[in-house]
Amino acid sequence: MVPTQYYIILSVVLFALGALGVLIRRNAIVIFMSIELMLNSANLAFVAFARQYQSLDGQIFVFFVMAVAAAEVAVGLALIVTIFHSKQSINVDDINSLKG
Amino acid sequence: MVPDIVLFVILAVVAVASALGMLFSRNAVYSALNLIVNFGAVAVFYLMLGAPFIALAQVTVYAGAIMVLFLFVIMLMGAERLRAATSLPWQQPAAYILVATLLLEAAYVIFIRPAAISSLQPLPPDFGSPSSVGLRLFDQYTLPFEITSVLLLVAMIGAIVLSKRRRSRGRF
Repeated sequence: MVPTQYYIILSVVLFALGALGVLIRRNAIVIFMSIELMLNSANLAFVAFARQYQSLDGQIFVFFVMAVAAAEVAVGLALIVTIFHSKQSINVDDINSLKG
Repeated sequence: MVPDIVLFVILAVVAVASALGMLFSRNAVYSALNLIVNFGAVAVFYLMLGAPFIALAQVTVYAGAIMVLFLFVIMLMGAERLRAATSLPWQQPAAYILVATLLLEAAYVIFIRPAAISSLQPLPPDFGSPSSVGLRLFDQYTLPFEITSVLLLVAMIGAIVLSKRRRSRGRF
């Protein structure tokens, strides 16, 4: 039996790597993948606590997070494709039309 | 006891290494493949934590559907490579400092002020099986489940509307 703290530490590390990816990468698709990594690390913490407290509610929440992530990816990738068609780039630094 | 720890350490190394590979590979296709490896490792963690249904949902939904969608979009656009130059030179050091701060805060909470967590109890045999998860889902969480279905429908409509070309107005 691996202690719950180990899973939480791993979850924190993966979340930090995802946050780092959002901050340092300029490719919109890689930023999206980093967001998926962060959602996934939160899911890992949910399942670890569900194991700790022997409660299925954590796993149900992971189920809902997966459904929301799927919806988010569908809309987000459609947005990225639309932006690419209009600007020929998905570098987030190029998407600055609203900048005064 | 010992084999579990060994498996955990190996999988944790794989997960962190693939996450780093996703971050630092120049090609977006390599990023996506690294992320698939990461999701597979996390699925094995779910199995170790007594969540077989969630583990298989992870493999089919995340590593299967979502990442295939990512790869499809990357290859559709042919935009897997971007120039590395950034217009904000102070952004990368600031990002590293912020993430280091986040890790330090988490380390403070986990190591300096650990919560009193009791030792793990053995699980009942059908914990996390599809039948028990399904029973809980349709017993206590029926309304959120239905709202999720509406959310997925709205996302589907949104994706279709967004990706429809509007040539008549000469935009997009």
